[in-house]
Amino acid sequence: MDSMTLNKPVQAAVTQPVKVSARDVKVYYGAKRALHGVNVDIYQNEVLAMIGPSGCGKSTFLRTLNRMNDTIDICRVEGKILLDGEDIYDPKLDVVQLRARVGMVFQKPNPFPKSIYENVIYGPKLHGLATRKDEFDAIVETSLKRAGLWNEVKDRLHEPGTGLSGGQQQRLCIARAVAVSPEVILMDEPCSALDPIATAHIEELIDELRESFTIAIVTHNMQQAARVSQRTAFFHLGDLVEVGDTEEIFTNPRDERTQGYITGRYG
Amino acid sequence: MTEIAEPMPTAMPVSLHTGDAATKRLKARYAAERRFRLYGILAILFACSMLVILLSTLLKEGTSAFFQTEVKLAVTIDAGTIDPQGTGNPAEWDRGAFQTLVTDALYKAFPDVTGRTEKRDLRGLVSPVAGVRLGQMLDKNPALVGQTIEVWLPASDGINQIVKGGIDRDLPEIERPINDKQLAWFDSLQQRGDVKSAFNTTFFTASDSNYPELAGLLGAAVGTLLTMLVTLAISLPIGVAAAVYLEEFAPKNRFTEIIEVNINNLAAVPSIVFGLLGLAVFLNFFGMPRSAPLVGGLVLGLLVLPTIIIASRAALKAVPPSIREAALGMGASRLQTVMHHVLPLAMPGIMTGTIIGMAHAVGETAPLLMIGMNAFVTSAPDSLLASSSVLPVQIFIWADKPERGFVELTSAAILVLLAFLILMNGAAIWLRKKFERRW
Repeated sequence: MDSMTLNKPVQAAVTQPVKVSARDVKVYYGAKRALHGVNVDIYQNEVLAMIGPSGCGKSTFLRTLNRMNDTIDICRVEGKILLDGEDIYDPKLDVVQLRARVGMVFQKPNPFPKSIYENVIYGPKLHGLATRKDEFDAIVETSLKRAGLWNEVKDRLHEPGTGLSGGQQQRLCIARAVAVSPEVILMDEPCSALDPIATAHIEELIDELRESFTIAIVTHNMQQAARVSQRTAFFHLGDLVEVGDTEEIFTNPRDERTQGYITGRYG
Repeated sequence: MTEIAEPMPTAMPVSLHTGDAATKRLKARYAAERRFRLYGILAILFACSMLVILLSTLLKEGTSAFFQTEVKLAVTIDAGTIDPQGTGNPAEWDRGAFQTLVTDALYKAFPDVTGRTEKRDLRGLVSPVAGVRLGQMLDKNPALVGQTIEVWLPASDGINQIVKGGIDRDLPEIERPINDKQLAWFDSLQQRGDVKSAFNTTFFTASDSNYPELAGLLGAAVGTLLTMLVTLAISLPIGVAAAVYLEEFAPKNRFTEIIEVNINNLAAVPSIVFGLLGLAVFLNFFGMPRSAPLVGGLVLGLLVLPTIIIASRAALKAVPPSIREAALGMGASRLQTVMHHVLPLAMPGIMTGTIIGMAHAVGETAPLLMIGMNAFVTSAPDSLLASSSVLPVQIFIWADKPERGFVELTSAAILVLLAFLILMNGAAIWLRKKFERRW
């Protein structure tokens, strides 16, 4: 298998600088290897979609980018992941600071069982980004506006965030993530628990957020990958099979496994 | 799948799920379900009837203890008798002389009683410690010295039991503690309207005594309160900290597994073993005082620790992992995640477990006997190091006494203990409802 040659990042269509770059990333769960050496670059202000069948390692890879895998005792990461050229697995690096720079939105909307307002200011409070009430108010307003939720909740900011609908909860989670002004936002199948209308809403939002953030999104839904991303990475059985311009991946995949997946022969 | 397309045969064979055999199976299933429901109802009825029997016995035995027979006497407070030195200072009074005043008043009420034995029988109408009550009244109002006052004083245990029906007055004279003459005097007192049944305030304001009419629960209740404070102060922080560490931080390896197994086993250790531990460690090694609420609290704290750890771990486990991920993903450290989100969400469960554990500790007797909390203590403890008793031990002590008066006191004390427990369980439910958050 000469996937190594295919793994080379495609740079032609992109002019932005590299924001995150993974070099030969291997992830082990105990003795089992879940990722077999992933090389990929994520460029600033782009949306990189990661697709692939279940268990292919795309979520595992996403979680290495802000070291969420640290919480799993038996998980071990090899290789290098550079954020602005800095190794995020450097023991001297502070994980808290890393996660402030690389925010995350999860598969299932998981707002804290607190008010909408408290949900949004949790991050800024944690990282000491604001101290006065008016500063917090401003953060809440801009974050909710960015997440397209402000008009729906501005009159009930102090009601519990868990009382919102599923789509609203997920946008609240996005607002919570952008409130700390991260540089990269990781999204792990953010729409899989949502209905089509809420999904469309989030997809629009992702496109807007791209102007300010670099986004990596894992999705099961190939149409969604095609709609929201500029580039797409295809994972299969722990290998990054192919990464390239979304259009190219979907119209003219180079690897037959990619072709098999996007044409629905397996998945 | 092709069979479906074929035309149906005109004569349908009897399906497996209709017909006689099937109806029989169905009936058997219904019968089994009815039978099972019946077993369940029977079990509940059995449990309820046991509870009713227990409570009705206690109420029948115990309610009379809340009332006490009192006799009205015109007592002349002779200054010369109680205050021979004439200091006028209540602290200098001759405490023994008050009983003399009471007996003098009795003699005056029955002037035709003269003989020595007769006089002794007459004294048997009022409590041998009625003078103590009189002394307490005068302490509050020393201006009464020198006057003749009408006071209600506790009747003796025998009279008390005759009034309450604890002892049948129709028994042969030889079989009751009150003889015929005493009964006649008592009846004449009753005719004069000088006998009443009053609420037994002594039961709640006094501590243990050798006389049932003077014995109360205050000392034991205060002792229980102090002991529980120590228990809570020891077991809650240690228990929650241990649970948080084991559940949220500890690596899952052989060592933590052994600890876990040991904690579960500790919850099943007989409580008297904890008493022996307290005796060996706190009393003999650290030299702490016997019978002290501090030691009792420490022993009971160790006793409920496993319960609290297990309940707290279950509560922590029940917090959805998505909340932890959300907090960690926002850049919270593991400690912040626990403190800001996990612990507050687990709090209702932790509090419920703690109060259940405390309720367990309130009713614990055996380990406290080991550290000497069955001492005879006639005053409420004023510090954690003072000698003291607790409610269940007080019940144990009273249950051992032969006097009829203590039998009803035992039941009454059990009722008070049960009220204590209901209160604590109610608090557990209230706290859980109050702090429960929905997501």
